[in-house]
Amino acid sequence: MEVVSSVRTPLVTGAKTVGDVTQDICVRVEAKPPKTWFMAIAVSLALLAVGTYTLFFTLWDGIGVWGLNKTIGWAWDITNFVWWVGIGHAGTLISAILLLFRQKWRMSINRAAEAMTIFAVICAAFFPLVHMGRLWLGFYWVLPLPNTFGSLWVNFNSPLLWDVFAITTYFTVSLVFWYIGLIPDFATIRDRAKNKVSAAIYGALSFGWTGAAKDWSRYESVSLILAGLATPLVLSVHTIVSFDFATSVIPGWHTTIFPPYFVAGAVFSGFAMVLTLMLITRKVYKLEDYITIQHIEYMNIIIIVTGSIVGIAYLTELFMAWYSGVPAEQYAFLNRATGPYWWAYWTMMTCNVISPQLFWIKKIRTSLWATFILSIVVNIGMWFERFVIIVTSLHRDFLPSSWAMFYPTFFDVGDYLFTFGFFFTAFFLFAKFFPVINMAEVKSIIKSTSSSDKAIK
Amino acid sequence: MATASNFIVGVYGDDDIVLKAVKNLRTSGVKIHEVFSPFPIHGIDEALGYKHSRLPKAAFMFGALGFSLALIMQFWMMGYDWQMIIGGKNFASLPPFVPVTFELTVLLSALGMVGTFMVASDLKPYKKPKIFDVRITDDKHVVAINLAENKLSKEEISHLIAGTGAEEVNEKSFE
Repeated sequence: MEVVSSVRTPLVTGAKTVGDVTQDICVRVEAKPPKTWFMAIAVSLALLAVGTYTLFFTLWDGIGVWGLNKTIGWAWDITNFVWWVGIGHAGTLISAILLLFRQKWRMSINRAAEAMTIFAVICAAFFPLVHMGRLWLGFYWVLPLPNTFGSLWVNFNSPLLWDVFAITTYFTVSLVFWYIGLIPDFATIRDRAKNKVSAAIYGALSFGWTGAAKDWSRYESVSLILAGLATPLVLSVHTIVSFDFATSVIPGWHTTIFPPYFVAGAVFSGFAMVLTLMLITRKVYKLEDYITIQHIEYMNIIIIVTGSIVGIAYLTELFMAWYSGVPAEQYAFLNRATGPYWWAYWTMMTCNVISPQLFWIKKIRTSLWATFILSIVVNIGMWFERFVIIVTSLHRDFLPSSWAMFYPTFFDVGDYLFTFGFFFTAFFLFAKFFPVINMAEVKSIIKSTSSSDKAIK
Repeated sequence: MATASNFIVGVYGDDDIVLKAVKNLRTSGVKIHEVFSPFPIHGIDEALGYKHSRLPKAAFMFGALGFSLALIMQFWMMGYDWQMIIGGKNFASLPPFVPVTFELTVLLSALGMVGTFMVASDLKPYKKPKIFDVRITDDKHVVAINLAENKLSKEEISHLIAGTGAEEVNEKSFE
């Protein structure tokens, strides 16, 4: 028995009962999807088709089809990689860190956010894989496998190899965490199944779950420990991604502020992407009672906090460049703000530092349209952040004769579209075939939250 | 039907009522087979007299295994099996090995613990679950009592269950 203040606003509105939760969520898996769903998946499949075409030629002709040159050997590919990994930070953060802090509002959004994380990490992993050129040989280059080159092992001193371990571990643990949460909900769908095929499929997916008290007790300790393991893991992933840059000697990359700054930026962009997707899912699937304005407001508050950390990090970088007295560092930052890529720098500054500050105004952070637009603006800004860090630091080489500019080709754009196509296709399929809200968790809070809902009315 | 096991099944509509019912039934000397519910009920494992799960220990053991294997692997590969001169630095030193060690600790700990959970709770894709009531995964809580494990008669147990606020008392048998 737990006592919940009747003053606290309910997390689930509409005075739902436990049975209503089952009905509301399962019916979206069982019924034919709405027309908007077919339209959405058609668009994402079209993106995937364009992307598959460019991806084929990227693999067939090699990565020479990208706009890279001798000076700028890293550009869109790694920008997209870092951007997608960053987006992949919100899901596990919501389910792990908010679980440890006992934030119950996570329960309506954690399932979809974790799904988004998993798809985003796959999109991220796509870029380094393609960058290897002959990715079918990639296993030998990135994993410590015995091989015929005299067992020449991978280089454990390289941050790029740390990345391999960080991303793989993060992906695996997130997937397992997500799946454990799905098991009881698959059992619900199995027990409601009207035909043999879905009974068999959801029966297999539910791993024979019965809801026994002993299993629930184990389930809860597994969730808690997975959350405890995933919390430092989330923070480690973007820390290690930032090591790719921070351990180098390139002016503009060689800074110790990168790990916390990257982590904050990742959470910032991850929450923005969660908001973009949740606002659409909420509308299409009519989940207004489960994902309330309060949920959206809480997420917007996290965006203010992390956006402000990112803003301070930008200013700290500028200060350190000046204070260090190193001419190369000073030039790198002056060139970012006033050089040929000034427009990218100021897009980043506007989108990431100024736009989230609008959420201080209550009217804006509780407005669906404002949230939707700003969530996209934030992700545009975060893409430019990575572009600025990567390309503007490289394009002024140590020798002025090597100075260059980066121009993306059709294939740079197409391969990026491929990940968008994959991401949205996967997300829409998830939204159709999987329960988009963690039913078992929401049911556990429904009594307290519904009674406070009634008390208010 | 020699191998069939017969159960008395009490169906409840509320988690607080089922928690009280479990306590009352146990003080009346009824041995409860298991309680099934759509979501975890806080305190039900203490009420049923279950011991704390040892899964945290399993997680620690697997984590320790991952930690040791990661360090042994890196020091052996880089420092002994195939030494490479990289920037004139030591063949093997601890700081660059920290990230991979951390990741493998987390990976083995998480996978090992979840695997242990799957084995302990016998969760597998091809399992045919014993379902006492299909509404368990919807909104009903079920207390299942195995007649073979109890000295009390069927009628006595049914009467006791009905007295604890159950909505229905059913019988269920599995082959």
